[in-house]
Amino acid sequence: MAREWSDVFEFGADGPGPVATEAGDEAPKRGGVLRRLRENLARSREALAAEVSASFFERLDAEAFERLEEALILADVGAPVTARVVGKLEAEVTSGAVSQGEAARERLVDLLAEVAAPEGPGRIDLSARPSVLMVVGVNGTGKTTTIGKLAQLIGATLGRRAIVAAADTYRAAAIEQLEAWAERAGVEIVRGQPGGDPGAVVFDSIAAAEARDADVVIVDTAGRLHTHGNLMEELAKVRRVAAKRLEGAPHETLIVIDATTGQNGLRQARAFAEAAGVTGVVLTKLDGTAKGGIALAIASELGIPVKLIGVGEGLGDLRPFDAREFCEALLGE
Amino acid sequence: MFDALGDRLQATLSDVRSRGKLTEADVDKAMREIRLALLEADVNFKVVKQFTATVKERCLDSQVLESLDPGQQVVKVVNEELAALMGGSGRELAFAASGPTVILMAGLQGSGKTTACAKLARLLGEQGKDVALAACDTQRPAAVEQLVTMGKRASAHVYEQGTERSPVDIAEWALGQAKREGRDVLIVDTAGRLHVDEALMDELAQVRKRVKPHDVLLVVDAMTGQDAVNVAEAFGDRTEFDGVVLTKLDGDARGGAALSVKAVTGKPILYASVGERIEQLERFHPERMATRILGMGDVMTLIEKAEEVHDQDSAAELERKIRKQQFTLEDFLQQLRQVRKMGPLQNVLGLMPGMGKAMKQLRSADMDDRELDRIEAIILSMTVAERANPELIDGSRRKRIARGSGTTVQAVNQLVKQFGQMKKMMSAISKGKMPDVAQLMRGAR
Repeated sequence: MAREWSDVFEFGADGPGPVATEAGDEAPKRGGVLRRLRENLARSREALAAEVSASFFERLDAEAFERLEEALILADVGAPVTARVVGKLEAEVTSGAVSQGEAARERLVDLLAEVAAPEGPGRIDLSARPSVLMVVGVNGTGKTTTIGKLAQLIGATLGRRAIVAAADTYRAAAIEQLEAWAERAGVEIVRGQPGGDPGAVVFDSIAAAEARDADVVIVDTAGRLHTHGNLMEELAKVRRVAAKRLEGAPHETLIVIDATTGQNGLRQARAFAEAAGVTGVVLTKLDGTAKGGIALAIASELGIPVKLIGVGEGLGDLRPFDAREFCEALLGE
Repeated sequence: MFDALGDRLQATLSDVRSRGKLTEADVDKAMREIRLALLEADVNFKVVKQFTATVKERCLDSQVLESLDPGQQVVKVVNEELAALMGGSGRELAFAASGPTVILMAGLQGSGKTTACAKLARLLGEQGKDVALAACDTQRPAAVEQLVTMGKRASAHVYEQGTERSPVDIAEWALGQAKREGRDVLIVDTAGRLHVDEALMDELAQVRKRVKPHDVLLVVDAMTGQDAVNVAEAFGDRTEFDGVVLTKLDGDARGGAALSVKAVTGKPILYASVGERIEQLERFHPERMATRILGMGDVMTLIEKAEEVHDQDSAAELERKIRKQQFTLEDFLQQLRQVRKMGPLQNVLGLMPGMGKAMKQLRSADMDDRELDRIEAIILSMTVAERANPELIDGSRRKRIARGSGTTVQAVNQLVKQFGQMKKMMSAISKGKMPDVAQLMRGAR
């Protein structure tokens, strides 16, 4: 069962509650949410080669465990986590602790979900007023699109007042891109000059949030490869500017990871965590055929949970991360 | 954390003492490590299986070089196979015989198409071509603006019609413009799209039909994982691309997706994007990629050096002799013969350290090919002992040698004297001093 947004976001006691769902055309309807998710994931399943059906678990021999490993590796879970999880299952099945069939399948999903969300479901803390939510990541992962969706969600659906900060001052037309999303989501934007100082934009946006009594500032940053030390240093500096201007800021730093990313995703997360202190992952482009298994490695090695998933380019295509649902999809249901 | 592949293989095979052919057990152990390394590098699981099977055969067949340990030997084979797999069919960009060459760029969202378009435009512009860009991404907010800005940086004209018209119509219009304005190249940027999005894949096929591109390039992010194969296959089926542009190689992704795409579609990787700046696009180098995928740059250099050892062994020995003035006429004869094998004296650059300069100077001392013929004949008329120790050569020996080589006693004298000087000269050269060879030679006459 999918999680509710109120389960994901923590807001302060004051401020308006969530508006009714007919607030905007883009706001996802309750029943429609699950249907759309299933549709999106269905596209992935169709393209899968190493599908693991329920009946597969009836006869778990050595070859079957190998095929399970294959399925997980093909999902980008990576060899170490795969070996650990399947090894555990194999031991439990062999010892009789877990019986074959549906019980084994359930157990595997359990084991995977434990890896994906070791501390339980991830929450996004926006209880401070204003809260600063920084969005970081390498080039092309979907940061700006995600911010558009977040702005829509926080602004229209959850009825809080959001401002977006165009702190990607590097990429050609990045500011225009965020402006377009801000307009679609109906939120204000704070911007600077192209080529200007991203720290200054963040500073200004916090000031604006305080002046206009906004609840959340969502900060867009330029995509950067974690191997470029100077760019990572710049990011650290932007963080420091935010912290100096507002104590406790940024309250959440989400790294956007493309679900098609392979094992490099782990290196990305590690580097960004070191430079900017990451509190959660947004896993995007799950409407394709990639399973995003790298999220398990990130959660397992770095303890950084996935909090949100992106399932399309539309304004409403953002979902709370649900560990069990995600792991079911990994196995191709 | 993972050690370099070279280290891991050495550890795995450390108990293998056999030189000569590797046993199957050795190779299986090594293949396990290779498989892990390739998976870690994001090479597709099925491609890895296929690849290691092929490599196993080659390993069992190949001889272990004296200078490599079995682990290094395996790595050498793997690296060669990887490079061969990714290189080979080298298709270049196809250019139109007349009218604008149309290059269509396609790929997933965020793969780096727009940046790649601008970079390619600059690259081709540098080659003297008049390049234009067509802004057919009407989907992503401000994508047109982005291409317009980047087009300026690439000194390429951008044809755009906003986002209201369909990409198919804009593409067709842009081609008309390009023809009218006599452009050499038209690069068509398209929206990123999922390979499983029926409608958008259809649209891409329509764009292709409408503009009839000479090259369709699939843009692939180097950090793509196992899914790369699905993407490439689907784009291949629906749009039949001709080559790949691999992007974001300035990251530390090992780039196994490159191998997967090539292995599964057979299409070559044409370009590599190695940075965000517009000039950072280069021709793809399969050997470099192979080393990167294996994650072992340093170890490869060691192996390359080991291969040179065979030649270097003899060269090193020679150098030692020169330094110790143990260089004999026999050695000189060998060198002379090798030098002459290489072609006319004027083309010879030299074989040994220092010799190159010496040879050049010898030439200026009027040692042409006829003179070398004479020298060779004289040395051949000497006995082995005489070649090793020219001090032995007394009057009667000199006469004998002169008769045998069809030269004069004076010529024999000259050679022995010159050679003595040459030994001193070469010894000096190898110690880093560069004497005036011509003067030495003249002094020896």
